[in-house]
Amino acid sequence: MGNPAIEIQALTKDYPLGFWGHKTRRSLDNLTLQVEEGEVFGFLGPNGAGKTTTVKLLMGLIFPTAGTARVRGRSIDDVRMHREIGFLPEQPYFYDYLTGYELLDYFARFFGYGAAERSERVKRLLERVGLASAAGVQLRKYSKGMLQRVGIAQAILHDPQVVFLDEPMSGLDPVGRREVRDIILELKAQGRTVFFSTHILSDAEMLCDRVAVLVNGKLQGVGAPDDIVSLEVEAMEILFEAQAHDSRPLPQNLIARANRMGGRYSLQVAEAELYATLDQLRASQARILSMQPVRRTLEDYFFRLVDREKAAAYAVEVSAQ
Amino acid sequence: MSASPVALSGVVAVNTFREAVRDRVLYNLIFFALTMIGAAILVGQISIGIERLVIINLGLTAISVFGLIMAIFIGVGLVYKEMEKRTLYSLLSKPIRRWEFLVGKYAGLLLTLAVNTSFMTLGLAAALFYVSRHFVRSDVTILVAVYFILLELGLVTALALFFSCFSTPMLSTLFTLGIYITGLFAQDIRDFGIVTKNPVILSITRVMYYLLPNFHNFNAISAAAYGTPIPPALIAQNTVYALVYVAIALFAAAAVFSARNLK
Repeated sequence: MGNPAIEIQALTKDYPLGFWGHKTRRSLDNLTLQVEEGEVFGFLGPNGAGKTTTVKLLMGLIFPTAGTARVRGRSIDDVRMHREIGFLPEQPYFYDYLTGYELLDYFARFFGYGAAERSERVKRLLERVGLASAAGVQLRKYSKGMLQRVGIAQAILHDPQVVFLDEPMSGLDPVGRREVRDIILELKAQGRTVFFSTHILSDAEMLCDRVAVLVNGKLQGVGAPDDIVSLEVEAMEILFEAQAHDSRPLPQNLIARANRMGGRYSLQVAEAELYATLDQLRASQARILSMQPVRRTLEDYFFRLVDREKAAAYAVEVSAQ
Repeated sequence: MSASPVALSGVVAVNTFREAVRDRVLYNLIFFALTMIGAAILVGQISIGIERLVIINLGLTAISVFGLIMAIFIGVGLVYKEMEKRTLYSLLSKPIRRWEFLVGKYAGLLLTLAVNTSFMTLGLAAALFYVSRHFVRSDVTILVAVYFILLELGLVTALALFFSCFSTPMLSTLFTLGIYITGLFAQDIRDFGIVTKNPVILSITRVMYYLLPNFHNFNAISAAAYGTPIPPALIAQNTVYALVYVAIALFAAAAVFSARNLK
C-alpha cells in the first residue's frame, strides 16, 4: 500500500449557536479516515451529515475545532497543498461577468503558467467538458449543468493529483451525470485520487473503490462497495405461476406472503427456507419461472446505518429527558 | 512554477478592476462630465472673475464625493459579496493565501478609483480651460489636491475592506462613514477636550484624535482653488500618514479574514 493521499485524524468541527455562541452544534465528530493514492473514494451521507463540512475543512474554508488532516503529506493549512488538489464546490457559483474562457484563464494564472500554456490548457479543458462552443459566453447565461461542467474544468485545470468533488452530479441531467462519471473514471485511469461526496448511491456504487458513510457527523462505516454489496445474500427471490392446465391450488401460506404481478407471484424467502419452499411449490405443480439471490445493496447498507444512528440519537434524547 | 505573492494579488486586482468596469461602475464619469459641462456653461455666463475658483472648487469636490461614494459602496462589498456568493470557495482552493486575496481586492478597487479619478481630473482640466482659455503655473496645485483625494480614497477603501471582512455591507457602510465623518473633525474633537478642561473627556478625545485618521489633512481643495502652493513636506507627511493607516487597516483586515470560517 502506498502513501495515503488524504489522511484525516480525529477531525472535529463545532459551530457556535446563538448570539453569544456559548452553545455549540457538532457538525463533524472525531472523523478519522485515510484515502489511498489512486483511489476513487465516495463520501456518502444524508443531507446535513457533515460531508460538506469535511470537504470545507480539507479545503481550508473553515477551521477545525480539533484534529488534523494532510493531503499528500502536506498539512491542510499549508498553501502548497493547494497546488496538488482540485476542488469543485457543491452548487458552484462563479463570477458571472466573466466568460467561461476568462474564468478558466483567471484561475490558471494562480499556477503561474505562461500565456501560451494557459491558452492551451483552457481550450483543452473547455473542449473536454463540452463547453468549447460556449467559451465566449458570460457565465450568467450558463445553465446549471454548464456551470457544473465549467466547475469541473476549473478543478482539473492544473492536473491535480487529488480531486475533491462536492456533490458533482447534483442538478445534472442523465447525460451530464454520465459525462461527470466518465471524467471521474478518466481521472482514475490517470492514477489521480478522487474524493467525492454524494447522496446518489448508484453513482458511488458504480465508481468508487471504497466508500465511507457519515451520519450526524459521525463515521458509520468504510469499505469497498463490493464487500458491502455482495458478501451477504439477504434472501432468495422466486418467481412462479400456476400451471395453465392444472387446477391444483397454489399453497395458500406462500401466496399470502408473495407479491402478485398479474398471474405471477414473486416471493422472497430466507436461504434456509429455500428448499422447503421449492418442495411446496413442486408439490403444487407450480411453474417456477426464475430464482435469484437478493443481495444487499449499497442503499440498504446506507439506510441501515442511517436508521441505526437515528435510533441511537433518539435513545440518547429519551434518556436525557 | 509558483507565482509570487505580488503576482497572485495582481491577478485578483486585475479581476476586481474588470468586475468594476463590467458592472458599469465607471458610468459615474458621465454624471461627472455632465456636472462639469453644466457648471462651465453656467459659470461662463455669470462670470465675475471667479470662474476658475468656482470650477476648481466644484470639480475637486465632485472628484472627492464621487470617489468616496465608490470607495465606500464598492469597498464594503469587496469581500462580503465573494463570501455571500461563494465565489471564494473555488478561488481559495487555488494556491493563494487569504491575505494575498485581500490585498488583491484592495489594489483592484484602488486601481478602479485611480482610473476614475484620472478621467475626472481630465474633465476638470477641460472645464477649466473652457472657462479661462489658459492654464497657469499654480494649477499644478490641483494635481496635488487630486493626489490627496486619492490618498484619502485609499484610506477609506482600506477601512471599508476591513469592515467588510466581518460585517454586513449596511453596517460596514455605517462604520466607514462614521469614521470618515468623525475623522474630518478629528482636530475639533481634540480641541473640544481641551476646552472642557475635564481630564476624563480630555483623555477620551485625545485617544480618539490619535486613533482616528485625520481626514481633514487631505483637504487641499481651497489651496488648489486659490493657487496657494502646498509645501513638499506636507505632501510627504500625508503620504506616510496614509500609507501607515492603510497598512494597519489591511493588516487588521487580513488578521480577521484569515481566521474567519466561511459559511
